[in-house]
Amino acid sequence: MKLVTAILKPHKLEEVKDALEAFGVKGITVSQASGFGRQRGHTEVYRGAEYKVDLIAKVRVEVLVDDSDSDSVVGVIVKAASTGSIGDGKVWVTPVEDVVRVRTGEHGSEAI
Amino acid sequence: MDISTGDTAWMLASSALVLLMTPGLAFFYGGMVRTKSVLNMMMMSMATVGIVSIIWVIYGFELAFGVDGKSAWYGAIKISDLGNQVGAVANNGGEYPIPLLVFAAFQLMFAIITPALISGAIADRAKFVPWTIFVAIWTTVVYLPVAHWVFAFGNKVGDVVTGAGYLAAKGVQDFAGGTAVHINAGAAGLALAIVLGKRVGWRKESMRPHSLPLVMLGAGLLWFGWFGFNAGSALGANGIAGLAFLNTQVAAAAALIGWIFVEKVRNGHATTLGAASGAVAGLVAITPACAFVAPWAAVVIGFLAGVICSVAVGMKYLFNFDDSLDVVGVHLVGGIWGSLSIGLFGSSAVNSIGLDGLFFGGGAALLGKQALAVAMVAGYSFFATLIIGLAIEKTIGFRVTKESELEGVDFNEHAESAYEMSGSTRGGSLI
Repeated sequence: MKLVTAILKPHKLEEVKDALEAFGVKGITVSQASGFGRQRGHTEVYRGAEYKVDLIAKVRVEVLVDDSDSDSVVGVIVKAASTGSIGDGKVWVTPVEDVVRVRTGEHGSEAI
Repeated sequence: MDISTGDTAWMLASSALVLLMTPGLAFFYGGMVRTKSVLNMMMMSMATVGIVSIIWVIYGFELAFGVDGKSAWYGAIKISDLGNQVGAVANNGGEYPIPLLVFAAFQLMFAIITPALISGAIADRAKFVPWTIFVAIWTTVVYLPVAHWVFAFGNKVGDVVTGAGYLAAKGVQDFAGGTAVHINAGAAGLALAIVLGKRVGWRKESMRPHSLPLVMLGAGLLWFGWFGFNAGSALGANGIAGLAFLNTQVAAAAALIGWIFVEKVRNGHATTLGAASGAVAGLVAITPACAFVAPWAAVVIGFLAGVICSVAVGMKYLFNFDDSLDVVGVHLVGGIWGSLSIGLFGSSAVNSIGLDGLFFGGGAALLGKQALAVAMVAGYSFFATLIIGLAIEKTIGFRVTKESELEGVDFNEHAESAYEMSGSTRGGSLI
């Protein structure tokens, strides 16, 4: 099993969610995130004083998948989230040792 | 003199309008601070409503306007017996056909908002109880005497006037409080910003306004209430009230344009904070002048107030003091400009009790008097506030601890937080 984690532009969340549902994933977890990458921050001006905003709002999408699905899910996310401009985000894949469904106690792929 | 029901009705309404400015100010200031200190910011305004109202009916009104007073520097030192004055008419350099109690209520609202204005200079870092003590002392020692200098035209019986304030008797023109309210609060704000020192992380970390919609709401309430402040200062429903009303509107409008014009040219964007700040700067500047100048002059005074104040708010970075919400840049500088502008644009053709300024053949005499009033009020307020502030800081302490400031004054001074972030995500929000 793999955990696919994506850091994305917040306004792309709807499209990514729809694309993942269409692909057939069983569930996703979304959380608010902030940080910087190559895009860096931006500058805001209040009463003439400039404030550098280093950390930009992003969303983190996490999906647990079978090993065989991981490349496809990454592809689905990248296709749906891409705008072609700097700051589109990143997607990475990490191995997962075990997964347990809380309600039934099922393990491994059964629990996804 | 018989009571005029029309005048009295307008003055009752005006008094309520001016009261609304202080909660409006709480929104205006509250939106400009960070989420961890918005409640403390609003409480500093609301607390003045409580404290000053009580002081007013015990001895405050007497100390500013008491008819038994004979001094040019303060009114009567006595306990008020307003309950026995229900049938009396107001007498301030002559009788007005409104009840004395209505005049007292109207003037109370000015005494409330003035110390509340100061609080913007010490955002995020003041202990609450010392602030309330400051408000009580400052009102007694600074506001009430200065209001007497400027607003008390004395008790006139026949041709004899007793107890007129020093600046009022000199012929200084301040219709609604450019000196007594705005310069007074602005100079005090500067002194307190110096006494309390800079916020932790000032100029290093972001201290962006947490809610510009709250700032806009506050600016709107201030603007609305300001019609009572300025037009109500006519003490009647008449042509001068109409002039003050119209001038208030156009000066605020022109200042709004002036401020965002500077921003667009200088920074590339016209901002909502700039529009709100510009409107308030225009309202401040027209406050002393609203009954003495023609509407076209109010446009000029307002536009220049927007330009001058939008530049003045940057002074704190040059002089290195943390006047957090620009009480100095808006109220002190705007108040000075407005008070001096009467010496330029004042016209006796507009208002028969007014004098001609420099541009209307009156020479520099009026401008000189206005400058004297500016210097006296700013100087007295600054040094008196410095002493009061230092006395509080050295005894019970005025500033919160560094830990308390970093964690937030809302939690540490009031045991509350303004927003429950984690609970707000169910239902409405996308994530």
